Amino acid sequence: MNATPTPTLELRGVSKNFGSVQALQDVDFEVRQGEVMALVGDNGAGKSTLIKCVAGIYSIDGGQIFFEGEPVTIHGPKDAAKLGIEVVYQDLALCDNLDVVQNMYLGREAHDPVFRLREAPMERRTAETLKSLSVTTIRSVRQPVATLSGGQRQSVAVARAVLWNNKLVFLDEPTAALGVAQTRQVLDLVKRLAEQGLAVVLVSHNLVDVFEVANRITVLRLGRNVGVYERSKTNEQEIVEAITFGAPAPEEVVA
Amino acid sequence: MSSAAPAEVQAAVEDQDSVVAILRARWVAIRSGDVGSLPVIIGIIAIALFFNSKTSLFFSAVNFQNLIGQMAGVTVIAIGVVFVLLIGEIDLSIGFVSGLGGVAVAYFQQAGTGHQYPGLVALGLAILTGLVIGLIQGSIIAFIGVPSFVVTLAGLLVSQGLILQILGTQGVIGIQNVQINDISNYVLSKNTGWIVAIILTVALAAAAFGSYVSRLRAGLPTGNLFLVVVRVAFFGGVAFAAVYVCNRAKPRPGLPLVGLIVVFLVVLGGYVASRTTFGRHVYAVGGNAEATRRAGINVKLIRILVFMISGAMAAMGGVILASRLNGISLESAGGGTILLDSISAAVIGGVSLFGGRGRVSGALFGGLIIGMVANGIDLVGYSDAIKFITTGVILLAAVTLDTVLRRRQAAAGR
Ligand SMILES: Nc1ncnc2c1ncn2[C@@H]1O[C@H](COP(=O)(O)OP(=O)(O)O)[C@@H](O)[C@H]1O
Ligand SMILES: [Mg+2]
Repeated sequence: MNATPTPTLELRGVSKNFGSVQALQDVDFEVRQGEVMALVGDNGAGKSTLIKCVAGIYSIDGGQIFFEGEPVTIHGPKDAAKLGIEVVYQDLALCDNLDVVQNMYLGREAHDPVFRLREAPMERRTAETLKSLSVTTIRSVRQPVATLSGGQRQSVAVARAVLWNNKLVFLDEPTAALGVAQTRQVLDLVKRLAEQGLAVVLVSHNLVDVFEVANRITVLRLGRNVGVYERSKTNEQEIVEAITFGAPAPEEVVA
Repeated sequence: MSSAAPAEVQAAVEDQDSVVAILRARWVAIRSGDVGSLPVIIGIIAIALFFNSKTSLFFSAVNFQNLIGQMAGVTVIAIGVVFVLLIGEIDLSIGFVSGLGGVAVAYFQQAGTGHQYPGLVALGLAILTGLVIGLIQGSIIAFIGVPSFVVTLAGLLVSQGLILQILGTQGVIGIQNVQINDISNYVLSKNTGWIVAIILTVALAAAAFGSYVSRLRAGLPTGNLFLVVVRVAFFGGVAFAAVYVCNRAKPRPGLPLVGLIVVFLVVLGGYVASRTTFGRHVYAVGGNAEATRRAGINVKLIRILVFMISGAMAAMGGVILASRLNGISLESAGGGTILLDSISAAVIGGVSLFGGRGRVSGALFGGLIIGMVANGIDLVGYSDAIKFITTGVILLAAVTLDTVLRRRQAAAGR
């Protein structure tokens, strides 16, 4: 089922400390092109920290990150963006006062040699991208995101990932604050991202969501990777046990 | 996905551009808290009608010409304030930095000294003074993270000290340089005034129709052509009316050069804020600094540049104020109500104290309101007490409106 033998992203033995708190300890992790890898674990397990390490918000204290098989060092958000890594943060990294187009292009605006904005192509591509993802509920791409619903805001944040022809997208709890219909919208969007050939990492507390869209599931517990499961060969019960107690039987771990 | 979608999109695009649809969308925006420049325009009309009912002098040609000169300095300083407020910071040093700008321009043209330079060089050195102060304040704020409130309060004291130090021995420096005195005192000939009005209107029309055509070509919603024409006609009309009135002023008919300088700086500032990547990032920092940082934008650099703009605009405003008085003295250098008037002008002009909302043109509208109130109260002969109270009440109303609207906008989403 995996399109390429080399994972898009691979972490080997990555560690991250905050003073005495070991947020990540010797963590291995991978995700491949065209798959949705769920990342689950209790509060404080280290999910957000893992994302921020790959996004260049934090630097890692140990281990190695490989992108498409090559070892990489990621010093800041710019480095991550250059590799084609996009993160949709739990606390929604959107500017409320800017409109949809302005948010989609934030930091990567189309401009001419004297830094004058080229609005027309930005607006057109934003509209096209939203359409290609079947995000139809946003009335005008020129309305400030402050006026959008939670699901629409999340859709904008996710669509930003597609606009940039990214290879890898992290979604940190994208449905946490959403109602049923809006959760539906966003989950559909997640599936479409993988169908378009991206590698997707989905962080979620909601195992129903996870089982609906994920191909594989990585469980973190207290900063350690306690197992990677194929969705088709596991069940909610087993994942809950791994989240709570860790230490699965060795044959269930996919190396 | 569905075959109906393209038709819907097409219908939405056409529908979106009719006058009725645009007005309806505007109304929805107003109700959800996005009132644009509506309150300020209502305020300007109300204040004008009030003073007109009190004294016939208010609407005289010479008073209009005078008002332009009176409001120019504060309006220019307020342009810098707009940028600072847009990133959600404050600059309390602008009053005395403007004073320092005035001192610098006077100092560097002083005859019979080792530091006498041509007028434009003195002007450049004054603006450089503001830029350097902004660079220092901005760097401390951006790199060390000291709140801008405190850093610029210190900057206020240091600037005041420098003014005392330089002016101390004489207490005053007169300006003899003609170029510098012309900044606030030169009036254009009648015909030059008309040419300026024509050029402004043509430029405005070119910009408006240019963007209309480029959006049309790109197949994007264009807005309504009729409303574009109305807007160009309105602002062009304002330019011609201003020239017409100034040309009738006695004893020195003509449009004041300083009015043109103010319009130029407001347009330049507005262009930078709304049409360049830098301006976009300024709004982004004010909206959500962390999101901006995560988008790979150098937030520290934006903060520093904004404080440099603030310093430069303050210095330029100070030059305008000094030029108007043909000199600088301990009484006129940056003290009095300059600081509070400049911040009030930006806030009354609709720029949010919470960051990320407002336009550079707000400085012009707010400066006009502050200037009209001061001018009208002087004409009618009310006391300074009334002037302070009135300005204070208007400021409070503007900030209250901003707070209420912000809450309303936040509630409109989600
Ligand atoms: N910036 C930080 N400073 C100090 N400790 C942190 C920081 N970020 C996370 N932590 C700690 O690291 C651990 C993992 O947190 P996090 O990655 O946010 O967990 P999750 O997203 O899985 O809930 C927690 O113990 C948390 O308190
Ligand atoms: Mg988290």
